[in-house]
Amino acid sequence: MMVCFGSLAGMYALLGAPIVAAAQVLIYLGAISVLILFAIMLTQAGDANLPSPFHRQAILAALAALVVVGLIGWAVVRTDWGNATVIVSIVVSSLAESLFTVYALPFEILSLLLLAAIIGAIYLARRPEDDEQANS
Amino acid sequence: MGLQSYLIVSALLFAIGMFGFLARRNAILMLISIELMLNAVNLSLVAFNAYAYYANNDTGAVFALLVMAVAAAEATVGLALVIAIIRTRHTPEVDEYSDLKE
Repeated sequence: MMVCFGSLAGMYALLGAPIVAAAQVLIYLGAISVLILFAIMLTQAGDANLPSPFHRQAILAALAALVVVGLIGWAVVRTDWGNATVIVSIVVSSLAESLFTVYALPFEILSLLLLAAIIGAIYLARRPEDDEQANS
Repeated sequence: MGLQSYLIVSALLFAIGMFGFLARRNAILMLISIELMLNAVNLSLVAFNAYAYYANNDTGAVFALLVMAVAAAEATVGLALVIAIIRTRHTPEVDEYSDLKE
């Protein structure tokens, strides 16, 4: 997973978006991977009594995924993309300008969403006995 | 090489994430698969942006950054929920979460 996130950051850098690559490294490699590692460490308490890691509908799921990739691939190959050969690099200052002018409202909504997520995570991560005390 | 190859890589990533989400039994691995799908969408957004398919030059990158922040929030709340559920049910298997059915 971490290799996948890192190579995605490399692809963003190739596509002329170094700021997105930096954000990918910071958020995914730095934050989300560590979060998931902590979750796995907290939950895998050695009781590996798994019969199989997959559902019994794994074949159907594989079929659905193959259909999706086939449809998207067909659409991508059949579409005429014009002369899309030049990679336009992103200028960070103009990106910041559009982020804070044209897209200022999504930015503010996003900050509100992050605040709500932080509060929700803190509420969910409390100890169960605190909940019982709060309920009684 | 070009826009098509990036889009096909993005479609493959999305399909892998979709298969993982549909077929895995572990709730944490399902969350990882959701992250994979969001990453695939981000890759296609940045690819479209790089080949100048938007009127504004920075639209794709801005969208990718916003999607990344939403993904971070989603991972935080999702993992907190999963850990809270595992604390009460003592298993990460989604098949075992059948209280509402009984």
